[in-house]
Amino acid sequence: MCGIAGVIHRDGTADIGAELTAMLQSMKHRGPDSTGYAVYGPADDLVVIRFVLAEPNKSTGFGMEERLERNRAEVESRLAKIGAEVATVTSDTGYAFRATIRYGGDLKALADYLEDVPGCEVLSLGSSLEIIKDLGDAETVSGQYKLGSFRGTHGIGHVRMATESEVDLASAHPYWAYPFADVAVVHNGQLTNYHQWRRRLEQHGHRFQSECDSEIIAVYLAEYMAQGLSLETAMKHSLDDLDGVFTYVCVTGNELGIAKDEMAAKPLVLFESDPLVAVATEEAAIRALVEREVETRDPYEREVLVWQV
Amino acid sequence: MPGSGSRSGVSYDARGLVEPHADMPTNIEVDGGRARFDASALTIRQVNMALRKLIYNDGVTDVTVLNPSSKHSLAVGILKRCRIHFEGSPGWFACGLIDGPEVTINGRVGWSVAENMMSGVVTIERSAGSLTGAAIRGGDLIVKGDVGARTGIDQKGGTIIVTGDVGINTGFMMQRGRQIICGNAGMNLGDSMYDGAIYVAGKVRSLGVDCVPGDWTDADTELIERKFRIHGLGDAPEFQKFVCGKQLHNYDALEPSERKLVIH
Repeated sequence: MCGIAGVIHRDGTADIGAELTAMLQSMKHRGPDSTGYAVYGPADDLVVIRFVLAEPNKSTGFGMEERLERNRAEVESRLAKIGAEVATVTSDTGYAFRATIRYGGDLKALADYLEDVPGCEVLSLGSSLEIIKDLGDAETVSGQYKLGSFRGTHGIGHVRMATESEVDLASAHPYWAYPFADVAVVHNGQLTNYHQWRRRLEQHGHRFQSECDSEIIAVYLAEYMAQGLSLETAMKHSLDDLDGVFTYVCVTGNELGIAKDEMAAKPLVLFESDPLVAVATEEAAIRALVEREVETRDPYEREVLVWQV
Repeated sequence: MPGSGSRSGVSYDARGLVEPHADMPTNIEVDGGRARFDASALTIRQVNMALRKLIYNDGVTDVTVLNPSSKHSLAVGILKRCRIHFEGSPGWFACGLIDGPEVTINGRVGWSVAENMMSGVVTIERSAGSLTGAAIRGGDLIVKGDVGARTGIDQKGGTIIVTGDVGINTGFMMQRGRQIICGNAGMNLGDSMYDGAIYVAGKVRSLGVDCVPGDWTDADTELIERKFRIHGLGDAPEFQKFVCGKQLHNYDALEPSERKLVIH
């Protein structure tokens, strides 16, 4: 089932961590197993990396603490070796980390080098994108990662009900569009030509963190954007290239876009005002953000809409 | 965490799903045959318990529900003539399986409003989600705004009126009844319909399989004028009529009793 949400403030920063938490918590009935966020804080000259060194349900046990510390030291060592200057490394959980670095090199090489460390998975890379995901509902994850105080311009979120894969971080949304900076996707639906597109994208040198079809969308869009297409054009292409039933939300450093397949089989409600745009699987999530009666609508089949910060 | 409370005051079961709070609400104001209560702090179960108690046990015939706050499955299965007014927007599955009530919704609704309605009137002052009026068998459903995809899918009777646009697969496998669409219709209008009629005033993006333009009759004019008059919708625009081409499904040659078995 799952629930997706997105919010973009077109007039500056807001408490998007708290806003997305309220929206996602109101859709807990659609997925209590894991919750994820892709949020955009103010960009500066640092690269932000979110990475994990173990799955949360495998992060304890004999010798695990030492192993995590050893692997964390290895990540920092590799960052230095590849030419990155580490500004900060922090962790709210012991297994999930946030690092800021000065780095002007190839992000793919950086991600690949870090993921060679045992247990390391890079969740996001970019100048402002931060992907945070963990097991449990939105209030649990937000509390764990202190997202209530996260300020930014836009973000997306996802609550997951595990139906076809494990309850773990690898299967949790959002997905970063490895290796492209600052692109992430949440998705509700199923792609029926998943394997076809995975093979094609792998032939272009991409790797996938999961076996989830949503990750295909993120990489697919970012691949097109890397070729010079706008997000909106790439999303319109996706309606012809991707088969199945889907509604997805894609975010970049300064945009949020939605797309619905031609069957319009998956729900999405849209609220749009001058300063604020919010989308969610259910109206209840919009109400959790805007605590009054507002005009909303369901986007139609093959509809692609993109808003900018 | 599962099994614990939360900041929002909602409790969850071991699976992490919302635990229905099932105490009868205490904020109901009753004045003769009328009642009203605020649903903003109530669970879905509490709202429906209150509606059923008021309508079935207390002889109330006119209930106003304030602040439904997009809660799902409100006023489902009410099988008695009465008036229910929602001041605000319910969520999904509102007013499903009703038989008799006259419902007004001063807001929008989510997916599947009035699904399987048998009789009565449901009027929505703003837009509605997909699957509006799915499988309705009777009554009038009026949406004063746009609706999503699959409006009146599997419709078996009654009348659906939409003053705005409708999405893809409107009238899919429609078996009886009427749809009056004042705006534009999405792709595959009336796909695989068995019977019934769809009237569209705006543009039709494409017709579905075996949906064809129909011949206009005086009965069509009378029907539309009557429905617009009853529901205060002003002057009716000019419509095109679409019907089943009878190439895919054709039960006209069956005896009435056999036909009833097939399309009811």
